[in-house]
Amino acid sequence: MLEAIVFWTLGAVAVAAGAAVFKVDSMARATYALAVSFVAVGLALLLVDLHYVGLVTVLMMVMEMAIMAVYMVMFMGMNPALMPMSMVHGRRTALVVSVGTFLLLAAGALLVPWPSRRDAPPVDVTAALGEALMGSKMLVMITVSPVMLATIVAGIVLAAPRTRYDRFGDDLRGHPADDPQPGGVGRR
Amino acid sequence: MTLQAVLLVAAALFSVGLYGALSQQVVVMVMMGLELMINAVILAAGGFWWFLAPAADGQVLLLVVIAAMTVEMAMGFAVATLLHRHGAGDMTDMAADLSR
Repeated sequence: MLEAIVFWTLGAVAVAAGAAVFKVDSMARATYALAVSFVAVGLALLLVDLHYVGLVTVLMMVMEMAIMAVYMVMFMGMNPALMPMSMVHGRRTALVVSVGTFLLLAAGALLVPWPSRRDAPPVDVTAALGEALMGSKMLVMITVSPVMLATIVAGIVLAAPRTRYDRFGDDLRGHPADDPQPGGVGRR
Repeated sequence: MTLQAVLLVAAALFSVGLYGALSQQVVVMVMMGLELMINAVILAAGGFWWFLAPAADGQVLLLVVIAAMTVEMAMGFAVATLLHRHGAGDMTDMAADLSR
């Protein structure tokens, strides 16, 4: 009973904070609302014994929202907490589509005859996850790791202001480097 | 607390995120919508795991979803930085170069 109350409270907080993301009139507040939504979902995961995943969700989202705040200070060129904003397009279509999606998903959740639970949860859920990752499901980690590395490389390539291709040309043969402020000691 | 309850909350989160991803113009706000949708997927997957098949290794799928969210966030920020650098602003409507 208590568990149900806690879950519904967390669920209501998560959905309300999620809706607030697109309702509040500043990006800073939207970021905080999103963080609250994620923390609520992470805590809800703790209710079903997903200790590691729930904690990782909370920690990761708090860090991600901190990065987002830095990003806004860097690029928004305004005080993001004070600037009102309403930048919406196709609002009616989006509302219709999302309400329709909710009705469809909710009908599925309520009408599908879900099977009963198959086997008992492991005693130590986190240890079981670790053993799965280091054992039978290692291929997952082996696949995720290069994807993460590729993300780092692609992120830097996209976000870097000047790369070696700007300095040396597309074939990397354009010496000396084409720099806005030539360096060196006058040698060619 | 039942599977239906978890799925209902997840459906609500997903729909709110979908609304945001479809209606927002600023790239970062679109990303927030996508994040909310992935948030809902995490919650629903956790519910499925606990109420249907709490096997030892089912949580690995959740880690994959969280990894996907990280990748989405990093690439989104990189693309938004690129758009800013090229003076295109941060609106999705302004970044329509490839559609021409």
